[in-house]
Amino acid sequence: MNDIASRVLKGDPQSVARLITLAENNSPEAIGAMKDIHLHTGDAHVIGITGVMGSGKSTLICELTREYRKQGLEVGIIAIDPTSPFSGGALLGDRIRMMEFATDNGVFIRSMGTRGMLGGLTTAVYDVVEILDAAGMDIVMVETVGVGQAEVDVIKIADTTIVVLVPGLGDSIQMIKAGVMEIADIYVVNKADRSGVEQTLAEVESLVDIACTNRDRKTPVLTTISKESKGVVELIDEIDKHKKYLKKSKMFEVQRRKRYEAELVEIIRKRLMNFIFDESKFKGKIESLIDQISNKELDPYTAADEILGKILR
Amino acid sequence: MKRKIRVLIAKPGLDGHDRGAKIVARALRDAGMEVVYTGLHQTAEMIVKTAVQEDVDVIGLSLLSGAHMTLFMDVTRLLKGKDMEDVLVVGGGVIPEEDIPALKKAGIAGVFGPGTRIEDIVEFIRKNVKR
Ligand code: B12
Ligand SMILES: Nc1nc2c(ncn2[C@@H]2O[C@H](COP(=O)(O)OP(=O)(O)O)[C@@H](O)[C@H]2O)c(=O)[nH]1
Ligand SMILES: [Mg+2]
Repeated sequence: MNDIASRVLKGDPQSVARLITLAENNSPEAIGAMKDIHLHTGDAHVIGITGVMGSGKSTLICELTREYRKQGLEVGIIAIDPTSPFSGGALLGDRIRMMEFATDNGVFIRSMGTRGMLGGLTTAVYDVVEILDAAGMDIVMVETVGVGQAEVDVIKIADTTIVVLVPGLGDSIQMIKAGVMEIADIYVVNKADRSGVEQTLAEVESLVDIACTNRDRKTPVLTTISKESKGVVELIDEIDKHKKYLKKSKMFEVQRRKRYEAELVEIIRKRLMNFIFDESKFKGKIESLIDQISNKELDPYTAADEILGKILR
Repeated sequence: MKRKIRVLIAKPGLDGHDRGAKIVARALRDAGMEVVYTGLHQTAEMIVKTAVQEDVDVIGLSLLSGAHMTLFMDVTRLLKGKDMEDVLVVGGGVIPEEDIPALKKAGIAGVFGPGTRIEDIVEFIRKNVKR
């Protein structure tokens, strides 16, 4: 077995951290280790947490982590923030809310930039979930970016998806537009200390009623005040119930299959894109094709055929 | 693809002056780096464990209270036991000239006081990052 892989399986934090970096940088060194660890994954329950920026996702993750630690469970956290499309840099600030676990050996937190991926995740997130799972984490939480719409990719990776809302601001209308109504396994109306909770709660519940008429499970809607640790135990309870529901209804296998499908597609996409665009072999060819398209000597489809023809022989 | 430089910006101790740390964090982001910011009141142990998990290439410490001699050196001492010696450690804030040689000897590779130009910090990091 690969050296770093065996250390990851023992839960060595430095090796976990290093393998995440290698995976994130598409390093060939990561591939061998990722192959070795897969056999040892699948036990961690993956919780996706999405919702707009400032809704309290990071604070809620901190609260959930504290409860899970009381139960003796080990927790991995992947906190994703946006990469600037201009500089390529990112300010990763979710940890500020989670510092009470900085010296807890049962909690591993990794902050990541989106690095160009849309949909609220980052391309290496599948790898990182596998790595944390292999390292023995019982729970893996994924916090999406929170830039608003279209952050629906999280359902592909999460066993339980939590959508965090806040009172007011016509959130429910935004949700319908974004298609977020379809993705939640649990709704949380956080900041329930604020005015307008009743109304938001009523709106969300009526939307859930419409969306769930043909389903065997009604999506629960909870309120929390994560700043005051209120409603957190109830939320953990709902997560447990959802996990049991998945297992009982065989939805668990369906859900996991979706995740592996997404992961496989992502690996192929990444390696194919690297092969075509990052290897010097095609660089000159692509440049000259773009010139030809610009000069109307060639159309883009024929140009694409020329590149693809070289691969798909 | 070029590897992104990952930086941890941390404020050790009880010092509440965070303007400089935030400005530096934002500037490094704008220079294309991934910057983890952890907020105020960090112990050396918290800083080092965070640096391990985040696998950063650089640790940037910011302190204006005057406690830099002990707090900065606590961090470099803990790093030694952790197979993290290749991490570049830099510091900034209100630090008297006469303290700088001792800090450098203790492993703080660069020290930047009030009025430092951001470009100089970026350039120093790019030049000296070890991995
Ligand atoms: C603004 C300020 C405050 C603000 C802070 C607001 C905030 N949220 O940051 C307020 C009013 C709250 C404040 C309070 C206090 N302050 Co005051 N404050 C200042 C002041 C005037 C400017 C600091 C500042 O923001 N500068 C602007 C930023 C951009 O500069 P900077 O932090 O130095 O950062 C630059 C470099 O140092 C470097 N850098 C900084 N960090 C890092 C990190 C890395 C990795 C790198 C590479 C570089 C780097 O790059 C930056 C860009 O050039 C300084 C005086 C001074 N000239 O520094 C006093 C000063 C720091 N304060 C001082 C004191 C004593 C206090 C108080 C104790 C006063 C009191 N008795 O109430 C309190 C304590 C507050 C606390 N909780 O710790 C003293 C500290 C004395 C000492 N070191 O021995 C100073 C030096 C004033 C003085 N001459 O006496 N303060
Ligand atoms: N009033 C109130 N504020 C909260 C609550 N939960 C979190 N916050 C605050 O909302 C802000 C954003 O929280 P954060 O967890 O960073 O949100 P994120 O961007 O979704 O991760 C912080 O200032 C929190 O202290 C809550 O239940 N009530
Ligand atoms: Mg957050």
